[in-house]
Amino acid sequence: MAETAPRRVTADVAIVGAGPAGIAAAVRAAESGARVVVLDEAPRPGGQIWRHTTRGTLPRGARRWLERLDASGAQVLSGASVVDADGPRLLAQWRGEPLVVSAERIILATGARELFLPFPGWTLPGVVGVGGAQALLKAGMPVAGRRVVVAGSGPLLLAVAAALAGAGAHVAVVAEQAPAAAVRRFAAGLWRRPAKLWQAARYRAGVPRARHRPGVWVTRADGDTTVREVTLTDGRRTWTVPCDLLAVGYGLVPATELPRLLGCRIERGRVHVDEYQRTSEPAILCAGEPTGIAGAHAALVQGQIAACAALDRPAEATSLLAARDAWRRFAARLEATFAPRDELRTLADADTVVCRCEDVTLGRIDASWGSRAAKRYTRAGMGPCQGRICGAALQYLFDWTPDRVRVPVAPATVGTLVHAAALNTEPQDPS
Amino acid sequence: MSGVAVPPDAVVVGAGIVGAACALELARAGLRVLVLDAGDVGGGTTAAGMGHLVVMDDSEEQFALTAYSVRLWRELAPSLPPECEFDPCGTLWIAADAAQLEAVRRKHEAYTARGVAAEVLDGAALAACEPALRAPLAGALLVPGDAVLYPPGAARHLLAEACRAGAVFRGGSRVDAIRPGAVVVGGRALPAGIVVNAAGAAAPELTPGLPIVPRKGHLAITDRYPGLCRHQIVELGYLQSAHEMTAESVAFNVQPRRTGQVLIGSSRELVGWDPATNRAVLGRMLERAVHFMPALAAASVIRVWTGFRPATPDKLPLIGPWEEMEGVWVAAGHEGLGITTSLGTARLLADLITGRTPAIDPAPYAPMRVLSAARRHG
Repeated sequence: MAETAPRRVTADVAIVGAGPAGIAAAVRAAESGARVVVLDEAPRPGGQIWRHTTRGTLPRGARRWLERLDASGAQVLSGASVVDADGPRLLAQWRGEPLVVSAERIILATGARELFLPFPGWTLPGVVGVGGAQALLKAGMPVAGRRVVVAGSGPLLLAVAAALAGAGAHVAVVAEQAPAAAVRRFAAGLWRRPAKLWQAARYRAGVPRARHRPGVWVTRADGDTTVREVTLTDGRRTWTVPCDLLAVGYGLVPATELPRLLGCRIERGRVHVDEYQRTSEPAILCAGEPTGIAGAHAALVQGQIAACAALDRPAEATSLLAARDAWRRFAARLEATFAPRDELRTLADADTVVCRCEDVTLGRIDASWGSRAAKRYTRAGMGPCQGRICGAALQYLFDWTPDRVRVPVAPATVGTLVHAAALNTEPQDPS
Repeated sequence: MSGVAVPPDAVVVGAGIVGAACALELARAGLRVLVLDAGDVGGGTTAAGMGHLVVMDDSEEQFALTAYSVRLWRELAPSLPPECEFDPCGTLWIAADAAQLEAVRRKHEAYTARGVAAEVLDGAALAACEPALRAPLAGALLVPGDAVLYPPGAARHLLAEACRAGAVFRGGSRVDAIRPGAVVVGGRALPAGIVVNAAGAAAPELTPGLPIVPRKGHLAITDRYPGLCRHQIVELGYLQSAHEMTAESVAFNVQPRRTGQVLIGSSRELVGWDPATNRAVLGRMLERAVHFMPALAAASVIRVWTGFRPATPDKLPLIGPWEEMEGVWVAAGHEGLGITTSLGTARLLADLITGRTPAIDPAPYAPMRVLSAARRHG
């Protein structure tokens, strides 16, 4: 056996992820008196959407939730990545050391990641994800005076364009691939969701209307040492726009590796949950984006419902169900509006890299293979990102189903995995 | 493509590396070959293996087949495409103490006496060529002719070569039964001159009586650490771990991939076909690796998987005619040496089928030995 036993934490509720869903779940559970531990990969809670270095830069709502989290008594382990799980036990790597978490219930709030669809030039320096651009801005990337194209799909495009403009960048165009009519219908429906409407309007304020182009998408990026020019099309004509930064992303995909490892039922790429956010696995609940992309407001509601259910007090969540269901309908409209168009499947050519970790070009992949054979024959998806980027793209391009999830679900040191068996054993008496 | 189906001379069942190699040899010998697999190329044990091309001396017969096969691989090496990731890195057999170093010296004599180059390294020389190993170690046997490759890439290459020589591959074709002069696929009998059962650990399902059992193993692969590990490094005790059919064992066995990644093995378990990660075994296997190579503790693992070796009671593969059924040949039961011995197996099998004189004595691998052994034991 391993010489030193790993550190152990026990809790009533363990929460994986400290974005809005995880924070709301932690606050609700801890304020009800439960012992709560939150594991999150980032240096501080907030998730992607509330990523920050100083809280002063966050919207008031976000600050309030973070303050409640501070005061709730929940134990937040930042910088902890969950690498293996079995039943209501988790093996995490925290500060380089293994940590075994045992809990009565687990709430998975693992969030989402950006969908990248490969096109010629997408791996050039200066081409970043839309979410990536947002993160870089928050980390202080200087963009003043830079000529930027924002492209892809979804509400995040406008948000990021506005943030870039606010930081002094010249946003040449915001190319939204969804058809203009669909975007109009979506915007017209926003009155039902005043908070979102306000958000949308504010974002819009940063970008002149003329530069927001629905029904337009990027077909290629060109440049030498960095991106210099982006080719756009509306399906009829094609034109180029000079730029030195291209932020491109096609919306978000649920992060379901950990739910899948735990055996949770997945439907259409999302974790299936019941009315109270309970998954198909006993003692495992799920909230936020893994159950369907719906944004931070939906995640906050779902997190609270999950907390009530985790404490076996679902009645306390009753008042939240209507709001959650409204967000679910919103999510369905979001998905329908911004679904990537078929033309995007054919942008990449034989020389386009589809797996950056292993440097695999599209030409080496046969559409008839499936994820497993592609891995086996080309190593696509076998690099350090564990297929998180190319996996979703290849599934979209070829209608493949994802390969089964393997241990570790996030990279872990050999020294941590030596203790994997601690997941299956009871804690020793500290005598 | 001809519309009229001419029955193949040989149907090879299984497109793992052994089946692919057999198909190539038979096609080159002028037979019309059809290869069938329930899945695709190299998706079973082949995909799970390390890809260590190694001369092993557990027995005289094992030595003969592995040495012959490694020689064939080295002949083939210049023509292997990059996807095979052939790397002539050699093997280091590690001696932890003076007693093991004595064993290393005996091993050295055995190898050189049989024409396989080998060199004894003392502790200092070992530390110089693998600085990440813990010190002090007593020494090692360097076998410079050993190599590593990427098994699914190699299987795919061999099958592609077979197809170039006229063989036909049909994936997604599960063979339900082998009959005299035919295989049954989806309820229909496909006639065949001969049938080669190269179905690996699943071979007994088609040829009842073959004494092959799945022997589970775990492997872990790290992120890229170029230079951390430079040879396939195996502890001397590995041979014992492989030899003894105990319920469970682990041994230090690491391999540098061309990408700079380190592949960490190995474990052996007899637990049937359960593919789940056994965390206790994984933990012990990794602990063993850290024991020999402490720097690995901080290395990032990006994937762990399991696979099933087709194990036989005497640790030798079954290569040759299966006389219980007319026209059926076997090329299966290679345990953890199937990548290495695929080429030797295929050449031997083709020699026997076509009446050529084999380069090594085929008798020790004759599948019928298991029946005579069973009859002896009554």
